[in-house]
Amino acid sequence: MARTRSTRGLARRLLASSFVDSLTTPHSIDRFLEHVHPMLTVHDVRARVVEVTHETGLASTVVLEPNDAWDHFTPGQHVQFGVEVDGKRRIRCFSVSSSAYRDDGRFSVTVKVHPDGYVSQFLRHELRAGTLVHLSRAEGEFVLPATVPDDLLLISGGSGVTPVMSMLRSLRDGGHSRPVTFLHYARTRDDEIFAAELDEIEASCPWVTMVRVYTRTPRGQDIEGRFNVDHLKHLGHDPADTPTYVCGPAGLIAVVRDAYDEAGAAERLQLEYFKVPTIDLDAADATGTLTLDDSNQEVDNSGNTILEQAEAAGLTPEFGCRMGICHKCTTRKKFGAVRNVISGEVRADTDEEITICNNVPVGDVSVAL
Amino acid sequence: MSLATDHNMAPAPLVAEDDRRATIGLEYMTYEDLEEFGRELDELRQEILDDLGQEDADYIRRVIKVQRGLEVAGRGLLYFPFIPPLWLLGVGSLSLSKILDNMEIGHNVMHGQYDWMNDPSLNSKRYEWDIVDPASNWQYQHNFLHHTYTNIHGKDRDIGYGLLRIDEDQEWSPYYLGNPLYAFVLMFIFEYGVMLHDLDVDRAKEGHETWAEFRERNRPALRKAGRQLAKDYLIFPALSGPFFLSTLAGNAIANVTRNVWAFCVIFCGHFPADVETFQQQDAENETRGQWYLRQLLGSANISGSKLFHLMTGNLSHQIEHHIFPDIPSRRYPQVAEKVRDMCERYGLKYNTGPLSRQLGSVAKKIVKLALPPRK
Repeated sequence: MARTRSTRGLARRLLASSFVDSLTTPHSIDRFLEHVHPMLTVHDVRARVVEVTHETGLASTVVLEPNDAWDHFTPGQHVQFGVEVDGKRRIRCFSVSSSAYRDDGRFSVTVKVHPDGYVSQFLRHELRAGTLVHLSRAEGEFVLPATVPDDLLLISGGSGVTPVMSMLRSLRDGGHSRPVTFLHYARTRDDEIFAAELDEIEASCPWVTMVRVYTRTPRGQDIEGRFNVDHLKHLGHDPADTPTYVCGPAGLIAVVRDAYDEAGAAERLQLEYFKVPTIDLDAADATGTLTLDDSNQEVDNSGNTILEQAEAAGLTPEFGCRMGICHKCTTRKKFGAVRNVISGEVRADTDEEITICNNVPVGDVSVAL
Repeated sequence: MSLATDHNMAPAPLVAEDDRRATIGLEYMTYEDLEEFGRELDELRQEILDDLGQEDADYIRRVIKVQRGLEVAGRGLLYFPFIPPLWLLGVGSLSLSKILDNMEIGHNVMHGQYDWMNDPSLNSKRYEWDIVDPASNWQYQHNFLHHTYTNIHGKDRDIGYGLLRIDEDQEWSPYYLGNPLYAFVLMFIFEYGVMLHDLDVDRAKEGHETWAEFRERNRPALRKAGRQLAKDYLIFPALSGPFFLSTLAGNAIANVTRNVWAFCVIFCGHFPADVETFQQQDAENETRGQWYLRQLLGSANISGSKLFHLMTGNLSHQIEHHIFPDIPSRRYPQVAEKVRDMCERYGLKYNTGPLSRQLGSVAKKIVKLALPPRK
């Protein structure tokens, strides 16, 4: 086994070398290998779906077997997850939910179905074991430090539990035994993802103080309703000296952030939320914010093309025909929905290329400009 | 659906300072007809865009798979120069691979025909092709200048490539006596011609940039060319050890075969008789319909079999390509039906013919235009 692995490592190093690159130029070696077998790539991360299980609360867990191009993840991180449907790759960002200590090299993402979410719907209803998915490497700064602090507080709401669950599972499997408080908010127990496993951890891990709040079905405990600063007091936590990780909907994060700001403990707080694009096709006026990500600017969407709005903000993006035919202005849209002014077509995928001369933002949009 | 903006018109590529209307196409139809002509093509475009899907994705991946196979086989077979039929097979295989790479794959991917797939390896901005000219330079000269200002004198540098006299409206000078010779030489070194064209020496020569800026701008191009040359003329030959020279020769023949083929196809797409060119002032303030019509009048097709179309990168459907440069090329036959029908209805010439006829027409023009125009 050890020999196979080191032989494979050597082969990989060779295939990724600049010598091989000079043979396959202008293409990458992956563009040849993938025709032998789609999982054989050296640079591009790909994974085979092993299993799709339905959790409670309309969430699905997808277990993935990545190819050798995948390196490890740190609990709390997410991946760009791409599935191909009707010839088009659709990419969404999902957090890893599994423990970092799985010894079969597999990992999982857990995704809650979003009513407008093409990919999350697809995951729940169509995705089957055996399907090939395109991944990024694990990304994100929402991770525990190498030395896990005492009195760690993990706060999550709804499907924001997934990255925090990955942390908790990894702490358990890694033999952690210092105090951790897990404060989780769900609407009801039926909505709660991982309810059974949370019960199990509560029962078997004495170092975890597990507090689960069901906002719509009070359980008569000291802590009820949505998060407020009194919840921390009840748990005996002072924001000023409790390293805290929070993941959930924007509302929860805002309240927690305010509480920590007020206590002058902003640096104790790590937060993570995934935006869901707001698309209102019937809006008569332009809404939302256009984020010019590479230049750290935000402008109010004026309803003009992205190219015009970027120019108005003082940028000089590349362009050509300004009529959508030459593709010189093609730019990566990181997030949000855009409408093509000529065809009316709306594109709402994360991380896709668009021509900025003939696309206008629909609501919040972020582009790599 | 209400629009959040009034910005729902495609801007005209050439705008005049006053509001006079472009005169393109008036000898064939009225402004109303032109409007309707543009509307019909917009509708057709949308129909195809809405229909793009798995089959189109499978098609381009299949072509790529064949191309990669031919490339690997070709490079492998070149190591058997002591079995001449195998070596020849290798040269053929590598030639076909380079033709497919440049034409049906590279050219079309870099036009953005597959951007909708959202596959980074088929993205117009990231794709590189197996030719010395780098994608980014080519995209500027070809996608933008040539495809926007198609056949407009003074704007489209593809009219004669600054090398040949290919249109009567280019002023004659004694230099053009060499027209046939220039074309003949260009045919064999076409990829370097394309590269030189895209380096745009004129920009520095005419003082729009300094020579230092010229060098800086073109540094990536030289790096790309260097890598291409090293691969074909140094590394693969060296890997064949004692067969260095035969491998080198095989690679050279494959490159030249591709050059000759690409030259023929491309010249047949724009330079046969009856292809029209335009003056800048006639095109200023043109409507979408007029833009489409200019593309149609400025291009010519080559008739042939399915395999032939594939090997030309569907540039045998040059007319359809110019009308919809960013629609996947396998859709051009479908577009052609409608375009032919429109040509009939609007009394327009649909310029097509077999390779031999179009090539003959181009050759005749190159020879004829070498001589001063008869008074």
